[in-house]
Amino acid sequence: MQLGKVIGNVVLNNKNDTLIGVTLLLVQPISSARESLGRVIVAADSLGAGAGEDVFFVRGKEASFPFYPTEVPADAAIVGIVDHWTIG
Amino acid sequence: MLLARVTGTVVSSEKHPKLEGAKLLLVQPLTLDDTPRGSELLAVDGTGAGVGEKVLIVLEGRAAGDAIGKTGAPVDAAIVGIVDGVDLP
Repeated sequence: MQLGKVIGNVVLNNKNDTLIGVTLLLVQPISSARESLGRVIVAADSLGAGAGEDVFFVRGKEASFPFYPTEVPADAAIVGIVDHWTIG
Repeated sequence: MLLARVTGTVVSSEKHPKLEGAKLLLVQPLTLDDTPRGSELLAVDGTGAGVGEKVLIVLEGRAAGDAIGKTGAPVDAAIVGIVDGVDLP
């Protein structure tokens, strides 16, 4: 998983049936020092996260697990909202 | 699998139900000479590792879920061992 910050959302009117009802959020992956890491990604949201929140997300096939038994065609999904982290 | 160093802990009170009770640790992947390699990751802990320890992490969902005893958990990285040493003959 990776830490990220939700920076916005994506609205789709015409989408795959299995994505209906799934919120898609724009997430900037970040380091524990809050530096941006790489490109912004679109992640399916399983929790109700919102813009400005720190989250962690899973990549790959496991991104569809939170929506089981629907097989959502996602390769990234938010699976936790972060309260805080501690280094060292 | 990768060698990594545990660098921190993450607290999340709102998370997927299958992650309830799982310990979330920040890990920095390492090269064989212990220098950081790539960006840090968040892994679930299947061993009781702590900050500062060198660990073995698995980067695959099924194995990661099994490591915390939660088959089908939405995870892609888990700590599966604490490293005592690495021998390079």
